[in-house]
Amino acid sequence: MSVSTKHQPPSNNFGPQGDSGNPRFGSRWLGPLALLGPAGVWLIFLLVLPTLVIFEISLVPNIKPGGIVNPSGLDNYFLAFQGVYIMVVLRSLFLAIGSTLLCLLLGFPVAYWLAILAPQRWRNLMLMSFILPLWTSSLLRSYAWITILRPTGVLNSVLGFVGLPGLELLNRPPAVLIGMTYSFLPYMVLILYSSLEKLDRQLLEASADLGATPPETFWKVTVPQALPGIAAGSLLVFITSLGDFVDPELLGGASSGTAARLIYDRFLGQTQNWGFGAALSMLLIMAVSIAIALLLKYGDRDAQP
Amino acid sequence: MRDTARDSQPKNTIVTPLEEEIPTDMSNSKARFPLSWQAIFTGALFLFMYLPILVLMFYSFNQSAYSAGWEGFTLEWYRRLFADDRIGKALFNSVKVAGLAVAVSAVLGTLMAVGLSRYEFRGKKLYQGISYLPLIIPDIAISVATLVFLAAVGISLSIWTIVAAHIVFCLAYIALAVSTRLADLDSNLEEAALDLGATPVEAFLKVLLPQLMPGIASGCLIAFVLSMDDLLISSFTAGAGATTLPMEIFSRIRTGVKPDVNALSVILIGASGILAFVAENLRYRSEQQ
Repeated sequence: MSVSTKHQPPSNNFGPQGDSGNPRFGSRWLGPLALLGPAGVWLIFLLVLPTLVIFEISLVPNIKPGGIVNPSGLDNYFLAFQGVYIMVVLRSLFLAIGSTLLCLLLGFPVAYWLAILAPQRWRNLMLMSFILPLWTSSLLRSYAWITILRPTGVLNSVLGFVGLPGLELLNRPPAVLIGMTYSFLPYMVLILYSSLEKLDRQLLEASADLGATPPETFWKVTVPQALPGIAAGSLLVFITSLGDFVDPELLGGASSGTAARLIYDRFLGQTQNWGFGAALSMLLIMAVSIAIALLLKYGDRDAQP
Repeated sequence: MRDTARDSQPKNTIVTPLEEEIPTDMSNSKARFPLSWQAIFTGALFLFMYLPILVLMFYSFNQSAYSAGWEGFTLEWYRRLFADDRIGKALFNSVKVAGLAVAVSAVLGTLMAVGLSRYEFRGKKLYQGISYLPLIIPDIAISVATLVFLAAVGISLSIWTIVAAHIVFCLAYIALAVSTRLADLDSNLEEAALDLGATPVEAFLKVLLPQLMPGIASGCLIAFVLSMDDLLISSFTAGAGATTLPMEIFSRIRTGVKPDVNALSVILIGASGILAFVAENLRYRSEQQ
């Protein structure tokens, strides 16, 4: 509980930021406390302390609800890298990296067209309609893919109609990949668009004037300028798909267990093991933190060509 | 080369509006819809984005929801849906949770954003980092942490625990929207109010708050939609009888396709379309100001 003092704006070192430096606030700390205190308390009790508690729980092997908490080591963490579980961890990473690459591959031409080639006055409207599906329930959008991908579904009817053999995708990893790509593509397009929109068009022109072919201009001028957007978009898709539960659960079947599903089952499923679930959650948080740290470290360097 | 890039940065703003008249790109036909491969590809992906929604609509009116073909028009699934009180109850719970969470977060989030923009203090970076953490940490990890914490301190789960947990992420989205708005506001107005004798509270309520309204509104809207959409955090923090709509839907579709869920999807998609329209309108108007 000692953490709870952390949010209190320190009485020392407090200087209002120029613009609103009014001495009329009763005392120096009343303003900051009134503005930042309530949210701070909430975050400490429902975010900071819970995270510390799962870290503690993650050190307890074989704990079940109501069990005695007796932290005794890193066994739960080692378990995650053994046997079936290492497969699950690797599969989660594979699906996250796969959907990130697919989103980038599909999203870049769309963002490029919307930001550079499309007629100016339609750009905003078209971008908005592209990301409109984000406003609808993510659960139902993934659910719709069951209808499309199941053996007698829309996709196989169309394939059968044109005389191609049917595909069995549902309840296999490819279906999860499709679902994740579909779910997170709008984020990628949105971020790439805002990065490409700021592109310096004079450089494109100059590059063409100096005799570069369009592919050369693309790889040597456009892509380097869009690199921060590419990095940010990829990171966002990677961390969201790494923690995604709905797509693997609905589309993946028994053969595509991921970390998120494993955690869910350790808490709400039949095989409860809170300590192991907590350890997996910590690993997930760490993986996400590493990805963000990498972006911050290399993303900044990319921002200055 | 580097210097040219930096120098031309400000000019960029001038170039863009002109662009409709003077094509600056390598492609010659810019005035009309240029039919490049990117245009065709974008068209195909538009179809990809809307395909699932169209499929749900199609099957919600199909007599046989289980076969792939068209078996005739029916409103049976919609009739069944409206006769189902579990759906109605779950919808009520969801709206209650989202409404309460957003209302609390609107106040806390706005105060937080204003506080963060106004004060410098030791640990500000930490505070800021923690407050935006819910945007980054996967839902499943937040759900687990909240459940374990509530169990550890002995709080029994109910609908209120869902609200409390939803406030954490609603707060982050609202604070983000308000900070964006704050960044392009004129701080002189509030100062003028203070100079003219308004108390800090008056200046906040009468001068700053109206200016922040578009940011608060769009933040609330996003937070509301995300709260209504949340499955994991609700599942982990819900007490008996506090089933929200995504939880109810999830428990039904886990075992496969359900025709009345198709009908529900169409209704929900319509509703979120309206919300999206309102949100865009808000954003557009705030940009016009």
